[in-house]
Order: sequence, then C-alpha cells, then structure tokens
Amino acid sequence: MFKYFPHTKADVDSMLKTLNIKSIDELYKDIPETVVFNKDYDIPSFMSETELRSHFADLSKKNQELTLFSGLGIYDHYQPAVINAITSRQEFMTSYTPYQPEISQGTLQYIFEYQSMIQTLTGMDVSNASMYDGATSTAEACFMACAVTKRNKILISETLNPNIVNVIKTYLKFKDLTWDFIAEKNGETDFADLENKLDDSIAGVVVQKTNIYGIIEDYQGYSETIKANKSLFIINSDISTLGVLKSPKEDGADIASGECQSLGMPPAFGGPTLGYLATDKAYVRKMPGRICGYTHDLEGRRAFVLTLQAREQHIRRSKANSNICSNQSLMALFVTVYLSLMGKNGLVKVNELSYQGSHYLYDRLLETGKFKDRFNKPFLKEFTLETSIAPETIQTALLQKGIFGGVSLDVFGEKYSGLINFTVTEKRTKKEIDQLVEILEALS
Amino acid sequence: MSKLVEGLYYSKSHEWVKVLQENQVLIGITDFAQSELGDVVFVDLPEAGDSISQEAEFGAVESVKAASDLIAPVSGEILEVNDELVGEPELLNQDPYKNWLLKVELSNPDELDELLSAEAYEEFIK
Repeated sequence: MFKYFPHTKADVDSMLKTLNIKSIDELYKDIPETVVFNKDYDIPSFMSETELRSHFADLSKKNQELTLFSGLGIYDHYQPAVINAITSRQEFMTSYTPYQPEISQGTLQYIFEYQSMIQTLTGMDVSNASMYDGATSTAEACFMACAVTKRNKILISETLNPNIVNVIKTYLKFKDLTWDFIAEKNGETDFADLENKLDDSIAGVVVQKTNIYGIIEDYQGYSETIKANKSLFIINSDISTLGVLKSPKEDGADIASGECQSLGMPPAFGGPTLGYLATDKAYVRKMPGRICGYTHDLEGRRAFVLTLQAREQHIRRSKANSNICSNQSLMALFVTVYLSLMGKNGLVKVNELSYQGSHYLYDRLLETGKFKDRFNKPFLKEFTLETSIAPETIQTALLQKGIFGGVSLDVFGEKYSGLINFTVTEKRTKKEIDQLVEILEALS
Repeated sequence: MSKLVEGLYYSKSHEWVKVLQENQVLIGITDFAQSELGDVVFVDLPEAGDSISQEAEFGAVESVKAASDLIAPVSGEILEVNDELVGEPELLNQDPYKNWLLKVELSNPDELDELLSAEAYEEFIK
C-alpha cells in the first residue's frame, strides 16, 4: 500500500560517502551566503498525537454544517459514497500524470471514459482530457477562437457570470486580445446588439446557459449569424444541466465549455473543481490540453494512449495557444464515477427534482409579496428575484438557522442591486424549502 | 546528402520557390528541412486568399521531434493551399519538392533575386 520510504541515516551516509562530501549542506554551497535563510524557522514545537487530535477537533468545530440554497456556478448536488471510495485509492489519489503515460492504462482509461461522457453531454465531436475549472476553460475557449480565426476580439454577453468575465478579461489582457460586452435585454443576451457588434475583428462570442440570472436563454438564430461572420460560438454551461437542456451542439456551438463541479464534487471553498472543453473535430489542433484515445497493441489487445497534445505547448511555448500542460485528472475521475453511477436516467432525475424544488420555492417566495420576478423567463435549478430586504439582513437571518443562500448579486456591482439568487438541488427537502420561506417571510 | 533541384530559388530558412509562370510560384520546404525535422505529423497552413510577406512566419511544420515555423521566402497572395498535406503530412518526407505547400501570386517579383541558387544553398547547408 505505501510506496513512500524516507531515506534512513545509513542511506544518506552512503550517498554522502559516494559523493565524497560531509553533509547535505555542501550540496548547496554554490548558493550565495547573502540569499541563504539563516534564521530560526519560528515554527511551534511539536504536539503529541493526543494534543494534535484535540487541536484539529477544535479547529473542525469552527466549521458550520449549512443547508445550501446557493448556486451561481457551484452546486450542492448529491455525491454518491462510491466516488470517495474509488477516488481515494492511492493509485488515483496520489499519482501524478506519468511522463510515460501509457504505463498507466487505468488512468488513461478513465480519462478516455470521461472524454466520451463529456462528448455525449455536449454533443460535440471531441472533448479534451479536462481543464482547471469552468472559468479558465471558457477563457481558453476564447484563445482558441482567436487562434482559429486569426482575429483578436471577443464578444462577451453581459448575462455571463461576472466571475467568469473577470477570468476571461485577465487571460485576454496578457495576450493582447480585446473584448466587448453584448448588452443584456430583459435578463437575456440582446441579439440585436450582437448583430450590431459583429464585424471582421470578432473571433468569438461567449454566452452562458443558464445565465447569471438562472435564465435558460434561447439561441435561435445565433449560430447562423455568428458563422456568417466567420466567428466561433462559445457556450458556457454547468455540465449537469446538459442532462435535460438542449446540448451546446444543438444550440450551434463551436466550442462548449464550463464547470463540472456539479458532477460528484463537493461545493468546497476554493475547489478543486474541473472545467470541460469540447469542440468540433475541425478545431482539434487549436484545442488546449490533451486527448486520450484507444487503439490496439501489437498483440491486438485494447490499449489506451495519449493520442494528441498540440506539441507547441511543450516546445514552442512562446507561440502556444495555451500553456496548460496538464489536466485535472483526479477530478475527471469524480465525474467519470459519478456519471457511471447516475447514468442517463439518473442525471435527468437530478434535474427534474431540482426543477421541481426550485419552482416550488419560486412560487412560495412570490406568494410572500416580498419578492418579485423582474424577468419572468424559464429557469431550471436557480432563479433570481428582486427584493427590498437588505442582503445583510437576509444573510444574517439565514445563517442563524444554519442556511446559506439566497446569495445577493450586489457584490457584482450596482446593476445587480436588490437581486438575489436562489438555487434548489435535488438534495433540498420540502421541509427545508418551507423553513427557508418561513424565515424570509418574517423579514422586512 | 540532401537532395537539391536545379532551377529553384532557396531561402536560408529552408523553403524553396519554383516559378510556374510570370509572378506565379509554388513554395515548399527543402529536403534538408524535412530530413532535419524527421517524421512530419502536422502541417499548419494559412488559407487561400491570405497574404504572406517575405521573412514573416506563415505556418508551422510539426514532426515527432520538433515544431518549426514556416518563413515566407517571398511576398504575395495565396492562390492555393496544398490540402493533401492536411491528411497526409508524411508526403513532405516522401518528396518535399513535389509536395508543395502554397501557390502564390507574387506582389514583388524582385524578391526572388534575394534568394539563393541551388549551388549557393548547397554551400549554405554544408
């Protein structure tokens, strides 16, 4: 089980003797004195096992077990226990993607399965082996659009989650690429504004479904218009919703990107999460990351291989479209195990239950008279309402009862003032929803 | 020993230019270039209608051991791209003088004078 063995003193002495030196420090004697840290590390003294256990027990008491009604990109979906049992096996948990990848057939196989699942959900031809998160995968999709079209400007819908917008802006800035917003209209991307802003400088157009307000936007006519301008159409979606919504392919996307946390990963602060990126076969050479494929070895046995990894990422870095030279392998395993267990029907059920719960909460909140719907548009598991109750009042009252979310959109800027997001997943019970409404009803 | 074809123009970045008719040329990579690269696995080319300009990069050739930029030996507008190379990049290894990359309409035919003859190129790669 344990493959890590520290060196014994005998090992170290033998190596020192071979090297004909007296101490390990001599290996570092080329480092100038002036830059060597010569002070005490000021690290607290060690603890006994009993002390350490009680120390961590105290720390863990600071954690709150909250009931989540929050969304906006990270969701509290059910995580079957099998996921942890499999992903915590050390062959998966602690192994780095090997530099001779074909030696790890198991790793390549689950990445291959992951890619197949993403292809199925997005409807696209090819998925890469995964990316760091939904926001960076969408930023990389923008790079791709610029590389494919040899143009340098991206149009971003104003209904895209501002957190994702910020990541895209950061990425573009250092590649000397520019961007502009497409205005929003009644909570959706303004198609007329998109038509207006398309010209021969536009490499790609980014939209989000469901968008920042939880609205399921209708992309009728988008793909034709964007293709006619020789730009690429990028759709960001929370992958779980693709179990029931039109796939990015059906919506005419050239690149599908987004977050996979909703497929078996916990809503942990700071992640880790996982991004997916899928595209048309025609663009595969401009796609960041790598692809696992399967073939047969000399004896005709099935073998998994690293089929493609645009070589420029390693040997022409200054000219690379992307400098991702890795993938989010362990998190891809979460997705693979989750989807294997849930299956097609399970994923549909997850969405149906979330839909029912969120629409029940929506109706109940409107009934209180304290919340209004500014948009009246279709939604799935999350929605946005307007209220005059202060965000702090809501948050404080809910936290006192062990609930986190609705989340105020105020942090995103003045435009979002008074708007609050509510998300209901299949994990929320009617009792929990009723309790949430009860607390909110009493506020003013 | 690298193969050379008499009558072609050669660049120091290992491209060749063959004059088809007045102002119309084919551009490819030399035998020396393909043998240095090794097995070519991908050729990234621009599109017909695009322009190239002398000494500027117009594409890339990737092999199993390296990736190398393609540098335009002359300036002009691309009339045609050899699409066969997309599916069969190994053609560049098989016959680099037959399997051209681009057909180009020259915008400045004088640039040909700046290129090397077969003899001069042979000397250059020695």
